[in-house]
Amino acid sequence: MTPHLSITDQPIAVAAALAAVQTDAAGAVNAFIGTVRNQSGGRPVRRLHYESYDSMALTQLGHVVAQAYEKWPMLQEVAVVHRKGTLELGDVAVVVAVATPHRAESFAACQFIIDTLKQVVTIWKREEYEDGTEWVAAHP
Amino acid sequence: MSLKVSLFGITRDIVGTSVIELPAPAPATVGELLAEMRKQYPALGELRSCAVAVNNEYAAHDHPLRTVDEIALIPPVAGG
Repeated sequence: MTPHLSITDQPIAVAAALAAVQTDAAGAVNAFIGTVRNQSGGRPVRRLHYESYDSMALTQLGHVVAQAYEKWPMLQEVAVVHRKGTLELGDVAVVVAVATPHRAESFAACQFIIDTLKQVVTIWKREEYEDGTEWVAAHP
Repeated sequence: MSLKVSLFGITRDIVGTSVIELPAPAPATVGELLAEMRKQYPALGELRSCAVAVNNEYAAHDHPLRTVDEIALIPPVAGG
C-alpha cells in the first residue's frame, strides 16, 4: 500500500497511473485528471509553466496521502503524478488515482487528495497569455 | 552564521536568483528571516502569502534556523 507519488517533466501516462492502483481488494478505482484549460478568468491562456520544489512537494504529498489513509482506513492504493515544465492546452497536468473496496470512499478520498494537494504541495503555475505571463494566485 | 535560502516561482522573480545567501549575522528564526527578506525586497510583502520551509516542512515564525538547514521561501502554491 505504498503510494505511487511522482513529479515528472515528461507527459503523464494516465493508464500507467490507473494500473498502479489496481488491486484485487478494490471494487472501485477513481481518478481525477487535471488538464490545461484555454482560459483563466475569461483571459485566453496559451500554455502553462509549472515549477516544483520537488523534495518538499513529495514530502507534502506524502503527508496528504497519509491523512487520506487515516480518514479512509479502507483505502487500498493511491497514485499521484504531477507534471512540471511547459504544458500545452489539453496536456495532463496531474493525475490522482485511488482504489477502495466500494465507490463512495473512492470519490471522497480522490477529492480530498486533489483539494489538499492544491493547498500545500509546493508546485507553482505561471500562465502564459498573448500579452505576458503571471504566477497564479501570487497576489491578493 | 550565514544562511542559504532557496527561491521558487514569483519569489525567485522578485529576488532575481534561485538561491540567496544571507551573511552573518543571519536571521535566527523564520520570523526574522521573513522580516529581513521583506525589508530587502518590499515586493515580497505584496504577495498573498509567503511561508518558509525548513527541511521540506512548513515552519512556524518562532522556528530557529541553522546553517545546515535547507531553507526556502514558499509563495502561494498553485498545483493541480
